[in-house]
Amino acid sequence: MSTDADLTGERTGTHSTDDALLRVENLSKHFDTGSGMLSGLTARFRDEGPSVVRAVDDVSFEIAPGQTFGLVGESGCGKSTLARTILQLLRPTEGDVYFKGQNLAELGSDELRSLRQEMQIVFQDPQSSLNPRMKVGKIIEEPMEAHGMLDEDGREEKARTLLEKVGLDRSHYRRYPHEFSGGQRQRINLARALSVDPDLVVCDEPTSALDVSVQAQVLNVMEDLQEEFGLTYLFISHDLSVIRYICDRVAVMYVGQIVELADKQALFERPQHPYTQALLGAIPVPDTRSGEVRNIVEGEVPSPSDPPSGCRFRTRCPAVIPPDSFDGDDETWEATLAYLRAVKRRKIVDTEPDAVRDTFFDDVSVGSNAEITIDESIEHVAAEEWEEAAALLVEAFESQSICAREDPVRLYRTGENDHYVGCHLQAADSRPERR
Amino acid sequence: MTDDPLLSVRDLKTHFFTDAGVVQAVDGISFDVHEGEIVGLVGESGAGKSVASKSLLRLIHAPGEIVAGEIKYRDETIFAVEEGPDGEPVPREEMLSNEAVRRRIRGNEIAMIFQDPSESLNPVLTIGSQLKEFIELNTDYGGKAARERAIEMLHEVGIPDPADRYSDYPHQFSGGMRQRVLIAMALACEPNLIIADEPTTALDVTIEGQIIDLVKELQAEYGTSFLWVTHDMGVVAEICDRVNVMYLGQIVEHAEADDLFYETKHPYTEALLSSIPRPDQTTDSVEPIKGNVPSAVSPPSGCRFHTRCPDAREACVEVLPPIERFQGTNDPAVEQRASCLKHSDLGYWNSPPISNEARDASMAEEPQ
Repeated sequence: MSTDADLTGERTGTHSTDDALLRVENLSKHFDTGSGMLSGLTARFRDEGPSVVRAVDDVSFEIAPGQTFGLVGESGCGKSTLARTILQLLRPTEGDVYFKGQNLAELGSDELRSLRQEMQIVFQDPQSSLNPRMKVGKIIEEPMEAHGMLDEDGREEKARTLLEKVGLDRSHYRRYPHEFSGGQRQRINLARALSVDPDLVVCDEPTSALDVSVQAQVLNVMEDLQEEFGLTYLFISHDLSVIRYICDRVAVMYVGQIVELADKQALFERPQHPYTQALLGAIPVPDTRSGEVRNIVEGEVPSPSDPPSGCRFRTRCPAVIPPDSFDGDDETWEATLAYLRAVKRRKIVDTEPDAVRDTFFDDVSVGSNAEITIDESIEHVAAEEWEEAAALLVEAFESQSICAREDPVRLYRTGENDHYVGCHLQAADSRPERR
Repeated sequence: MTDDPLLSVRDLKTHFFTDAGVVQAVDGISFDVHEGEIVGLVGESGAGKSVASKSLLRLIHAPGEIVAGEIKYRDETIFAVEEGPDGEPVPREEMLSNEAVRRRIRGNEIAMIFQDPSESLNPVLTIGSQLKEFIELNTDYGGKAARERAIEMLHEVGIPDPADRYSDYPHQFSGGMRQRVLIAMALACEPNLIIADEPTTALDVTIEGQIIDLVKELQAEYGTSFLWVTHDMGVVAEICDRVNVMYLGQIVEHAEADDLFYETKHPYTEALLSSIPRPDQTTDSVEPIKGNVPSAVSPPSGCRFHTRCPDAREACVEVLPPIERFQGTNDPAVEQRASCLKHSDLGYWNSPPISNEARDASMAEEPQ
């Protein structure tokens, strides 16, 4: 293990164990939307604010050998970009990736190429990830050839053995991909990934295109292979049920950041971040008697090119912390927050002041300071001056909250070991760990 | 449920006549949708659920054809054929013409929502103009009134600031918002039945949750019936009153949602349920359904599931299981139906087990 790695480990204060197979340190990948074909035309406007998509923003975690590490999040949260950046298929904007102690970002292309043998990837779509003109055997042998492994006979023998290992038949060696179903094709993808004896296999939504009954086949094959070959998986999925089934440790991503990171059991049974709670609360459970009460968060995922300040989930979070200046009680805060969001989304039908008060502040006593602002905004709403009303409320309440002022991600750590939660609510009951 | 059903489907068969042979995509299904219900149509890909739902509005094009059966909506006969003198299917007299189905049924009586919200909207027309046109075509609203109605509907489905968003183009809407627009479109003519074909499959879970809640609210408000086509047993448990499970073109089980999960009668339904990982508890193992879905060109004889069924016996290869009726346990008024020889006395229990992948696997697990 290089001293370099040890130093960064200390610096970040993360639980860096020297035996991590993969360690990701403050990794970011930003895309400049002005870098396309016509970028020259717009380059001179850069100073006025270039449009940068912060697809992955300051992400750190590590994966122990033999672990299945899950990365879960909704579409567009940056999980696939993160995987590609880790494998250096995309060059990181910032940050380091240590694989077996070696910093991938510092490697030259030749060294990187030979190291790729140890890191393989399986993609989502079993249709487009296999060359339709190549026989299955050749498909599996291709990575071995690229890395100069074995002789021709040895490769064929290995390919046939792997076909057997993934639950297909040795005789399938001479068939074409179109002769196989989606689930079988995904097994061929696995066999190809395993042909070069990798240590780490990155699986990007490997079962999302499959039916549930077939998905179960592939998941079980993956588990068997992991046991037999001592594989480490980085498993990316939007499906929390699959993550819960196959992973040991799970990171939840939201708009380019990891908001919660914990062992599976802790994450699913004691989720701390309001976003994790929202995700878990939203999945329909395949059981009519599950008794779970669903709690659906409002709103949509913000754009990674213009993420909210502070906590990125605050625009949808049901548990935004009231600013110190707010003098009402919790109930009043909830009512104010609901009203504020309704104004921002212009979702108030009856804009008569009394109707608005009835809808949002019935049975709620609004504190004196807050009341002045709320009354003023209600006047604006009545006049259909939505922007003025929203600006007033945002200025007085939303932007004053710590959730809008400071980025909580990975600032806080719960008492539980290795359970990281990027949420200001953690500050109340745990010592903030500033980096 | 003594009332007449809103929609009634009997022995519907839709086949595709391809060079490779006749694909029996839907092969003799029967089910009802009553007023105010959400009825599920569940199955894996290739089960025939989408073809079945399109058949209901006669949206099947060559090489596909509805070859047999009857589809009735209230007093209207959307489709009905009888056997002609040469065994050829001949449309019955009362069957509506294509024109009549388009004018009287589609849109204003039965509306449809498709899976992919991006493909169902025209990218070069504004959201508002598409909605307005749809309203003008299918209702008495016209001009300004249609525009107002469109804005009202956008608001109804939770589009923020609908008057402003009216002139936006589809690409300015997110996937969830586009699906809301399609729901608005479906609801705009106040249809009695909405056929929703995997309406939330392309959406993220938090957005899917919002749409499901929206549908529940709207259903409570308008009393609209839904035929909900999905592969997701979670969604079934969440919103369906009754469920039909399809396998290879046929309905193998029908039950009230709770009975389907707790009084499962068909081995396929059982296998499907045990292949799903749970989000709310840690499962040690999921049981895949062994083997692959057979081709619908030459489906297996007898029970179509016998090639993958752990309980299959020789009788299953020969005898097409009749539909057995059971009284629902939760709601005795809802009858449960399953087509499996285990529930009949047609020689299943005396017949020797057959060997297939599923059975071999379960034998291997049992200690000798």
